[in-house]
Amino acid sequence: MRIFTGPRRHISIILLLLLVLITCVIVATAVGSVSIPFGDVIKICWNKVTAFDFTPTWRAVDETIVLQIRLPRVIGGALVGAALATAGVLFQGLLRNPMADPYIIGTSAGSALGATVAMLLPVSTAFLGFGMVPVLAFAGALSTVFLVYYLARVGGRTPIVSMLLAGFVASAMLTALMFLMITISDTLHSRFASVYGFLMGGISVSGWGQIAVAGPIILVGIVVGRLWSFRLNAFALGEEGAAHVGVEVERNKALFLALGSVLTAAAVSISGLIGFVGLVVPHALRLVLGPDHRILIPASALAGAAFLVIADLLARSVASPRELPVGIITALIGAPVFLYLLRRSGKEYSL
Amino acid sequence: MNAIVMNRVCFSYSNGLVLRDVELSVRKGEMIGLIGPNGAGKTTLIRLISGILNARLGEVKLDGLHAGKLKRNALAREVAVVPQQFNIPFAYRVEEVVMLGRTPFMKPFHDSSARDRDVIMQTMDVVGIRRLEGRYFSELSEGERQKVVLAMALAQEPKLLLLDEPTAHLDISHQVEILELLARMNEEGRLTIIAAMHDLNLASAYFRRLILMKEGAIVADGPPERVLTSSTIASAYSVPVHIQPHPLTGVPQVVVLPTGNGHRQETVS
Repeated sequence: MRIFTGPRRHISIILLLLLVLITCVIVATAVGSVSIPFGDVIKICWNKVTAFDFTPTWRAVDETIVLQIRLPRVIGGALVGAALATAGVLFQGLLRNPMADPYIIGTSAGSALGATVAMLLPVSTAFLGFGMVPVLAFAGALSTVFLVYYLARVGGRTPIVSMLLAGFVASAMLTALMFLMITISDTLHSRFASVYGFLMGGISVSGWGQIAVAGPIILVGIVVGRLWSFRLNAFALGEEGAAHVGVEVERNKALFLALGSVLTAAAVSISGLIGFVGLVVPHALRLVLGPDHRILIPASALAGAAFLVIADLLARSVASPRELPVGIITALIGAPVFLYLLRRSGKEYSL
Repeated sequence: MNAIVMNRVCFSYSNGLVLRDVELSVRKGEMIGLIGPNGAGKTTLIRLISGILNARLGEVKLDGLHAGKLKRNALAREVAVVPQQFNIPFAYRVEEVVMLGRTPFMKPFHDSSARDRDVIMQTMDVVGIRRLEGRYFSELSEGERQKVVLAMALAQEPKLLLLDEPTAHLDISHQVEILELLARMNEEGRLTIIAAMHDLNLASAYFRRLILMKEGAIVADGPPERVLTSSTIASAYSVPVHIQPHPLTGVPQVVVLPTGNGHRQETVS
């Protein structure tokens, strides 16, 4: 019986995915305009995190490239991938729909509007060492979710279908506002490349500062999601069914919505809008591992991280020295994979 | 102590009154069939007892405690529900569905215990679905699915089991199988059972107490002999019926008397 072998099976899956992620991180850190041997990458990282030191046989500039330039970006990509994939699992589980993605209730439009507003501000404005773009993108994403949640609220309940509809309408409105601003503002015209970059998605991490803020938010979000994942499982029974097995529906719905939204907002603030990670990764893993969120959440986080690290590596190397938006890569890989899974499953999906 | 006490319970949805002054007391270990026409309030009564709905007036007490004030988690260890409709998204396997019945026993940092696994195995044995282990829920027949849902409810280790038309859509062998199982759980497990039933003759054969509802009120309550009379059934369902004792067991059986009107309309259309 599968659940008998549960814990041991879960641990081996997690270890395997962790190994894959670490390998991806090392490869992505080694490859670039200056290529650095894998061995040196490992030793440089080892020297940094442990007391035991290898004698440096590499150039000092390589160490700077690894620790100050590549590693923050690679780790940033891993965090974004983990956050988006986990948010995807949470929304899909909560909405009982494998087609849900992290942006489904309007976080994308909200963050894009926030980012656009930020680009209107003088460049020098900063908050906690961040530019205004990530700060307002984060705030825009979260306030949109609050808005949608309260718009959909009827008599102490927030029906999921109302929330989807409210999210759709809010997205349309916020997107219209964003394009209105772009059309009438000369400042935005001149910065159109930045707006465009945000919409297409790209890992914009230039040091450890952003990771020190976004990292803990994302890691805590994933851990909390995993700890309460057994309640997310109960949502598969529908709201009344979840209540029958002891879940306080409204409170837990709010918890998982908040978790998914914070994860998405944190990801968006350092990467703009990257599509398909939150859709394809959970979907593919569910086919392999089954629908139990106790394994699906940690597995999706690790696989999403590895996927985005590789996608970002491709984004900055295939057309080098030109850098492609990573959202293009994830869509080009993700969309066909998704279509393949959809057709292979041979199932008809319903709301 | 009584398993359920309902005192002058009233409930209305936003579009009208559904339950009126319902008085009900159920002793532990009873097995009760809830009968009545569509829209009589059977499902609403079940939802009030399971705490999904809260009474507008009056009170519902389970084991002496207010149903509406219990925490959902505590309530789910007392009361399990087999709903009328059950569907589950994603590719759940049989044992994964049964495992959802263990949710009220799970906590963060403690969400897969050996005891959970034992109970899942046990209930699957009791219900007779061990051979379905590993199969996908969506690929099962209607009768097999109903047994899986029953196993999930029993995995909650409830003291009270509520079922909303558990034998609807089932063929006669599965109907009997489910009802025999309920009778056994009731007798051996001292499980209190309330089931909404459409089939009056099955209800008469398996339940020692029947409650007849009509338009949101209880109109008859007692053993089948008292509840299933031609006058109560005819007035509750508005169809003429004939009641006769079962030739072998002697329990009352309901025989429909065709009026001829329906038949003529059918041949015209």
